[in-house]
Amino acid sequence: MAETHMADIKAPRARPLSPHLMIYRLTPVFVMSGMHRITGFFLYLGTVLLVWWLLAAASGPNAYAWFTWAAGSWLGQLVLLGYSFTLIHHLLGGIRIMIWDMTLGFEPKQREALALATIIGSVSLTGLLWIGVYVTMGWTPW
Amino acid sequence: MVSHAKGYRTPFARVRGRGGVSGVSTFWGQRVSGVLAIPLTIAAIVIVVAVLGKDHQATVQILGSPLAAVPMLLFVGVSVYHMWIGLQEILTDYVHGEKLLLVLLMGNTLFSVAIAFAACFAVLKLAFGV
Repeated sequence: MAETHMADIKAPRARPLSPHLMIYRLTPVFVMSGMHRITGFFLYLGTVLLVWWLLAAASGPNAYAWFTWAAGSWLGQLVLLGYSFTLIHHLLGGIRIMIWDMTLGFEPKQREALALATIIGSVSLTGLLWIGVYVTMGWTPW
Repeated sequence: MVSHAKGYRTPFARVRGRGGVSGVSTFWGQRVSGVLAIPLTIAAIVIVVAVLGKDHQATVQILGSPLAAVPMLLFVGVSVYHMWIGLQEILTDYVHGEKLLLVLLMGNTLFSVAIAFAACFAVLKLAFGV
């Protein structure tokens, strides 16, 4: 490049910015997309509980008694309810993404239906799981 | 329009390495592990439900049986790989400081490997009854 051209270069113009989350209308598809990432993140943290459970079982009756006491407490039950909902939500969200990956269900009505199916399905399946467990356990799990 | 669009492009030299660590292999790895995780997650839920209300001895017997231990090991391996990629994507999206990003990416790998080893060790110990 010739030196004479260097003087012609002006200060760069302000670059256009990509609009961030806040300007978009909340649609079911948008919310479920965000939920997928959030549930994925909490499942990441939740693996600590999975490891606690497995290590406690592998360690012996005493360690396992501590785990079952914690899991059976009202706080433990609440955490496990959240954990199971998060897992089922992420599972159904993953199936929704798999359908889209096959370039199916992209029509406006279809993608809305898939998003709604994710939340309705995960709430109902979690409810069914817990009702099923509580009924078969005689309302006292653990 | 063409000259306008050109203004939005960023020279390759400035983009290179800035996309974090993702690429086609990351995308594909996430899809494959995600698909495999579907049956394995259902299996894991069934195994958890199977030990609900059981005492320690019965729990060890169930978790240590091949029918539970093998799906559990697969579930741990596949889902840890899946979550390792997942957090990597989140970190490269939201963490902008280069040094902090590197530390968190290493932390992600360390955490994921530790979780996988701990879970697999526990399942194998239950299975072999040492």
